Amino acid sequence: MRIARSIQAVAAIAAVGLLATACGNLDSSSSSSTASSAAAAPAASAAASTDAAPTGTIKVGFVSAETGPLAGFGEADKFVVDQMGAYFAENPIVAGGTNYNVEIIQKDAESDSKRAAEVAGELINTDGVDVILVHGTPEMVNPVSDQCEANQVPCISSDAPWQPYFIGRGGIPGETSFDWTYHFFWGLEDIAAVYQDMWNQVDTNKKVAGFFPNDPDGQAWSENLPGMVEANGYTINNPGLHTNLSQDYSSQISAFKKNKDEILMGVPLPPDFTTFWKQAKQQGFNPKIATIGKALLFPSSIEALGDIGENLGTEVWWSSTSPFKSSLTGMSAAEYTQAYTDATSKQWTQPLGFSEALFEVMAAAVIAAGGPDKQGIVDAMKTMKVSTIVGDLDWTTGPVPNVAKTPLTGGQWRKTDGGAFPWDLVIVSNSIAPMVPTGGTVEPLK
Amino acid sequence: MEWLNAVLQGILLGGLYALLAAGLSLMFGVMRIVNLAHGVLAVVAAYLGYFLVDKLSVPAFLCILIVIPVMAAIGYVMQLGLLNPALARGGLAPILVTFGLAVVVTNLLQQFFSADTRSIQTGALATDSIQINDDISIGVFPLLTFVVGVVVIAGLQTYLSRSRTGRAMRAASDDKEAAQLMGIDNRRIYAIATAIALGVVGLAGVFLGMRTQFSPTYGDATLIFAFEAVIIGGLGSLWGTLIGGVVLGVAQTVGAQINPAYGILAGNLVFLAILAFRPTGLLPKAVNS
Repeated sequence: MRIARSIQAVAAIAAVGLLATACGNLDSSSSSSTASSAAAAPAASAAASTDAAPTGTIKVGFVSAETGPLAGFGEADKFVVDQMGAYFAENPIVAGGTNYNVEIIQKDAESDSKRAAEVAGELINTDGVDVILVHGTPEMVNPVSDQCEANQVPCISSDAPWQPYFIGRGGIPGETSFDWTYHFFWGLEDIAAVYQDMWNQVDTNKKVAGFFPNDPDGQAWSENLPGMVEANGYTINNPGLHTNLSQDYSSQISAFKKNKDEILMGVPLPPDFTTFWKQAKQQGFNPKIATIGKALLFPSSIEALGDIGENLGTEVWWSSTSPFKSSLTGMSAAEYTQAYTDATSKQWTQPLGFSEALFEVMAAAVIAAGGPDKQGIVDAMKTMKVSTIVGDLDWTTGPVPNVAKTPLTGGQWRKTDGGAFPWDLVIVSNSIAPMVPTGGTVEPLK
Repeated sequence: MEWLNAVLQGILLGGLYALLAAGLSLMFGVMRIVNLAHGVLAVVAAYLGYFLVDKLSVPAFLCILIVIPVMAAIGYVMQLGLLNPALARGGLAPILVTFGLAVVVTNLLQQFFSADTRSIQTGALATDSIQINDDISIGVFPLLTFVVGVVVIAGLQTYLSRSRTGRAMRAASDDKEAAQLMGIDNRRIYAIATAIALGVVGLAGVFLGMRTQFSPTYGDATLIFAFEAVIIGGLGSLWGTLIGGVVLGVAQTVGAQINPAYGILAGNLVFLAILAFRPTGLLPKAVNS
């Protein structure tokens, strides 16, 4: 008995420790790095700016997930912050007759919503930033935006569909809006349009297997998409939302096989999609076309899948062939992705352009406001129009106040023939964003 | 038929959990150490396998011949350098040491390999299957994982009961003072036990890396399932760990068959029920009862 009890005690202690590791946020401090701009700026601005104009400093907080499960979204951020820091050092923001140096304070939210809110609080209260930029899934964007709204600090965000951003934070379309937080991205209606355009190009029975996780993305997709595709004769077969990092998906696969689904869609985590897709192949579920959000965004995910990744489809928010230019540096998407590859020897990822665009919007807002006046910045954001590297953003025509939409296309992963990288994301659908060139047509899965 | 399929796939999944949990079970059985770095060490093995297969073009399954000895060596050094000194400071110290190790190693992996997800390519084996009927087909890779899991557990059990070193391990586990009086060097025996445990972790990590894609933080997710398998089966009992793994696997797949949202939940409920009603597990270690 005594031993049984001591075993129980050890087990309980271990369980507590285990939960702590599982949460992974006992980490002491975020890696906050200040871009070199602050130190380098005075000399450079003196040379570049108009003579003897007064100078000031704008403090910009930048929050993203550099570590943890969402780190793919923040992977390019070090490059963007360095590159933007260097750019602003040479070209201070001129607003209201004053030259403003830009000090960028970068914080890692460690893929954890609580941590994201915490670092936003530090940026506001300790660092005293004038504006916060944040991107990379609703898990990062929402807590930081809420923190800014509560503390009356302007926040500009991206990389989260607008429904989880706006409705997920308690906004009611047509009724309420936020005062301090502004967002640019696409919405679920765009996903529905792009995916259906891709499905239409393959001959199927219009039965769609829905592979959705039990998280904010999965909930928003599984609730909204069935209604959006119904009119075109598509039905989504949703056997239920799975828990992230499940190890077995046999029950969903049986349900999809039983219903004879020929299309696959979903928004799972990358490791979950790999487990699912291998099991689906083992257990004989072979859809004719697959369009998967989130899991297939990054080249590393498709490399990890190997040959069974050929022709898997995903949404494309931005790519090296996007026809837009940065309003700050004048670089095209192709030049910017090349600069990223040159600096890091890595393949471009979609959040790269959006990270850069956050700085473009911030600079435009500061200029329109005539300086880093918090109220002035949010007033300027209400009617902001700016052409960025991810497209023409216009906050006066968004689906709800606070939101500007970006163009969305669809792509399929193809093996390259001896290119610099093994896989290429080829744009195959531009029905709702005709300004973006396609690189091929939809091909069915093998 | 779907239910039968769920149970079958759950049993196969149990093989993976047993393989993942075997090292954890062995370390607890011999030294009463709960190794919280277990999951991240499996991920280290997966990265090692990935490096050998993807970068040095070692054939997929031959990489285990390198990964297992390397992990075993890490285990030996880890026990002598870190855990033995911690053991001398009481029961809680080793848990804290392994916890700290988990945090450090996760961040080192992030530093060296970035957050990109990786996978060990196995070619056609990843998708091959044996079709039994229209509703049921068994993946060759999950089947192989299950067989390896059973063989590893059986091998460890035989080693513990038959070999001289194995008997010394059990002796040191039952009564370390008496074992020492009989001329057994506990520290060395412990180091060998951890080396074997980490060798098994190495094998499990490679299978994990072949099964799905992993990133530096993936260890936490696997640790929790391995831990549950050990508790359900009975702490320190190797056959119990196999049974625990299978019970957990079946609970998850059958739960998911009811509704995909209930898969992990069903596993956790079984785990909690065992902790509440039978804290020694399904197969408690014979010597302790």
